[in-house]
Amino acid sequence: MSASLATVAYIGAIILFILSLGGLSSPESSRRGNLYGMIGMTIAVLATVFGPRVTMAGIPWIIGAMVVGGSIGLYAARKVKMTQMPELVALMHSLVGLSACLVGFANYIDPMVALNLSSAEKSIEEVEVYLGILIGAVTFSGSLIAFGKLSGKIGGKPLLLPGRHLLNLLGLLAVFAFGWQFLHAASISAGMIGLTAMTVIALLFGIHMVMAIGGADMPVVVSMLNSYSGWAAAATGFMLNNDLLIVTGALVGSSGAILSYIMCRAMNRNFISVIAGGFGSGVGKPAKKADGDAQPAGEVVAINAVETAELLREAKSVIIVPGYGMAVAQAQHTVYEITKLLREKGVNVRFGIHPVAGRMPGHMNVLLAEARVPYDIVMEMDELNADFPDTDVSIVIGANDIVNPAAQEDPTSPIAGMPVLEVWRAKTSIMMKRSMATGYAGVDNPLFYKENNRMLFGDAKKMLDEVLVALKS
Amino acid sequence: MRIGIPAETSAGEKRVATVPDVVEKLIKLGFTVSIQSGAGEAANFSDDTYRAAGATIVDSAAKLWAESDIVFKVSVPTKEEVGLMREGGHLIGFIWPAQNPELMQQLAAKKATVLAIDCLPRILSRAQKMDALSSQAGVAGYRAVIEAANVFDRFFSGQITAAGKVPPAKVFIAGAGVAGLAAISTAAGLGAIVRANDTRAEVADQVKSLGGEFVKVEYEEEGGGGGGYAKVMSEGFQQAQRNMYAKQAKEVDIIITTALIPGKPAPRLITAEMVRSMKPGSVIVDMAAERGGNCELTEPGQAVVKHGVTIVGYTDLNSRLAKQSSSLYATNLFRLTEELCKAKDGIVNVNMDDDAIRGLTVIKNGELTWPAPAPKLPAAKPVAAKPFVAPAAHGHGGGGAPVSAGKMAAIFGVAALLFLLVGAYAPAAFLGHFTVFVLACFIGYMVVWNVTPALHTPLMSVTNAISSIIAIGALVQVAPPLGFGLGRPDGWIRWLAVVGIALTAVNMFGGFAVTRRMLSMFRK
Repeated sequence: MSASLATVAYIGAIILFILSLGGLSSPESSRRGNLYGMIGMTIAVLATVFGPRVTMAGIPWIIGAMVVGGSIGLYAARKVKMTQMPELVALMHSLVGLSACLVGFANYIDPMVALNLSSAEKSIEEVEVYLGILIGAVTFSGSLIAFGKLSGKIGGKPLLLPGRHLLNLLGLLAVFAFGWQFLHAASISAGMIGLTAMTVIALLFGIHMVMAIGGADMPVVVSMLNSYSGWAAAATGFMLNNDLLIVTGALVGSSGAILSYIMCRAMNRNFISVIAGGFGSGVGKPAKKADGDAQPAGEVVAINAVETAELLREAKSVIIVPGYGMAVAQAQHTVYEITKLLREKGVNVRFGIHPVAGRMPGHMNVLLAEARVPYDIVMEMDELNADFPDTDVSIVIGANDIVNPAAQEDPTSPIAGMPVLEVWRAKTSIMMKRSMATGYAGVDNPLFYKENNRMLFGDAKKMLDEVLVALKS
Repeated sequence: MRIGIPAETSAGEKRVATVPDVVEKLIKLGFTVSIQSGAGEAANFSDDTYRAAGATIVDSAAKLWAESDIVFKVSVPTKEEVGLMREGGHLIGFIWPAQNPELMQQLAAKKATVLAIDCLPRILSRAQKMDALSSQAGVAGYRAVIEAANVFDRFFSGQITAAGKVPPAKVFIAGAGVAGLAAISTAAGLGAIVRANDTRAEVADQVKSLGGEFVKVEYEEEGGGGGGYAKVMSEGFQQAQRNMYAKQAKEVDIIITTALIPGKPAPRLITAEMVRSMKPGSVIVDMAAERGGNCELTEPGQAVVKHGVTIVGYTDLNSRLAKQSSSLYATNLFRLTEELCKAKDGIVNVNMDDDAIRGLTVIKNGELTWPAPAPKLPAAKPVAAKPFVAPAAHGHGGGGAPVSAGKMAAIFGVAALLFLLVGAYAPAAFLGHFTVFVLACFIGYMVVWNVTPALHTPLMSVTNAISSIIAIGALVQVAPPLGFGLGRPDGWIRWLAVVGIALTAVNMFGGFAVTRRMLSMFRK
């Protein structure tokens, strides 16, 4: 295959990738979109393997590596539980980061690359290598930590080292210093010192960055790492002078960036404050209960599963708001059973999804889809908020901050201004929770004390099972 | 402070202003409570139960009025009662200041502080717990149905018995305020077919929710008069309404009227002609009898039979359910006392900055403060919350609300500077790639905003799979043509590349496969 033919194949692959992302605009077209992606990838890989830059000697190596990696990937894809999707995605990001590093190193120690380059071109090439490895390394270690946090191997609490902003700044300065040394290195082995040192710093930085971010900010982190993995690919593309990599990397990078932006907007926080870690601008716990009036007044009314079933049976319309608690308790199938039962009785059941519910963007949608909840009754926050006043019962399953009325009513609250699902406007709201503990933001939830709110304490799965039994009887 | 509850003196009044359960709560707020002996007798609360709750029993009304700092009353106090009142005391109860100007002057002369429970600003949702008009109207609505059932000579619910089929009674309820709604749910609960009408179209849903059927007047006019009351309607509307009532009168067995307009005599809804057109044995319960009645033939305070129709005009529906009415009224007053005594130290503080309290207070320390200015509406809040919804547009290329001009200019400025730097220093070969990169970012931006939020997780996994395109970088390093032996560390490079390929292959296959698995789950 000639070089021109390979380039044309790459263009085809690029178009297919764009179509693939475009296909995700609706569930109907999404399956075809995924297919476009696969075809594009196949074309790109084949065009490369049979292109002018790979000789026959490499084929066995390539096949061997593909078979090993591919079978691991397919196995993981089949075995993963839907509740574990965030972990899987984070782990995969780390793989992209690691390969970007490996490709960067391999490229640097290859003397052929710099053979015919002018000195300006050589500098640019080296900057690209340096950047590619930097981004790759941060993505790699950051994603690994995110994986650890999401899978519960590392605690979800933010780890706040003293002077962490200073540490980060020092790291950045060191990266610049080593970069200078690297660019002016006389030989490849001399440059390796700066490159390796920078890689270590980048790895530590990735760890430190994600360690400082708490569990509920994970949607932002996961989408940010998604973005990084794209930029790493784009940087590799610059390094190898390969437009396919640049375009694909840019697509993925901007996709992740947009997702991070959407997530931040949904929490009414800015990107910097999330990345800087902790909650708020680093003040740990919000100074709550400063004045007596701020404390929510009223009584908390608890109910049991049978009474919940009673309320549901009498309702004409119900909105269910799931949160991370539903994922933890694996309650989505029971939720669907209840939904099915109620829908058969003519009750209008809908689901309200907050953009940051769960641990990654769209997490709740995937869980509900797995439980076979039809997607046309799963609504976004904005579609549904106006309907709460006409709703008889709203049920909150394992969510807290995303339904906190303080965001709208109390301008001094740390979450003031965050868009929330207005469950309290329903005639009755039922909050399923294990205890009265505050949510991630550490803010008291006045919803608990609202006159029309009932608390159903207990594990979501267990409670919903009881509700289901009571509904059936 | 001492709260005193005298026995009600007006004829037929059986209610009492507080009940033993509430006495306990008042004492917990720090007050002492005195009850005139026999005050609760008519409502079936004996002196002993009050005593057990912690109240002091006082023998004479004179003594009670004299020693109480605050007096709780139900019906409007009489001249004699005001005469007994101590100088500078507090009085809480029904006053109707518009109808009783003399009483107001008398109270002012006593330097009293008077809270008229009938003047509560009802639009404040916070005030609902103190709304005695509502609680009493609810009881009266229930009782009206019971009175109707008492004189009606058939079942309410339809039945099919061995002795034949019984059709359900048809009940028409005029006015769906608190009393009307209570009547609807009571009548529906007894099994009757219930229809209702109100000039305020927005109550139609409430009527339906209680099991009634909303009968519309075929005329376009909005009848909300503010504060949850109806207003006087235009002539054209009234004509259409009369036609509708005439039609209903012929069809139904029972009519319950609850129509009141504040400060005006009750509207005449049912004419003598309509009564004549009703079936013999039908019943009309006129809940507006005290204010002249909604029916032309009503005789306030009595039940009369005219043209074969029993017209019940009792004005004491609440006293006919004295225990229930008293309990609810007592709770209303307790909630008010709570508001007045936030410190729970047994001392009332009439805080005129509080909208609810301001509305209630008709006389403060002898000074006339009625009518109160309209309370500041809390309506601004829900409206202000709405704009959140506006930037919902994650559609077609746009990233929500447009960025402000200044911000936009800053972004353009930074971008221009960046491009200038790149143009000045970068070699030509780099610029080609840079062009591609910038354009690709824009395409990505446009495409991704179109992705529906429900598919954000599949989006992440598919972009993840696509980013394994980095494999190409590794592929070209495994075994490039020519250039062996130039001191190239082949072994090293090959192993790095092979590991890179394997890692990206995990992503490539795993990412697409898991996306496929997820997408196949999304179904209608």
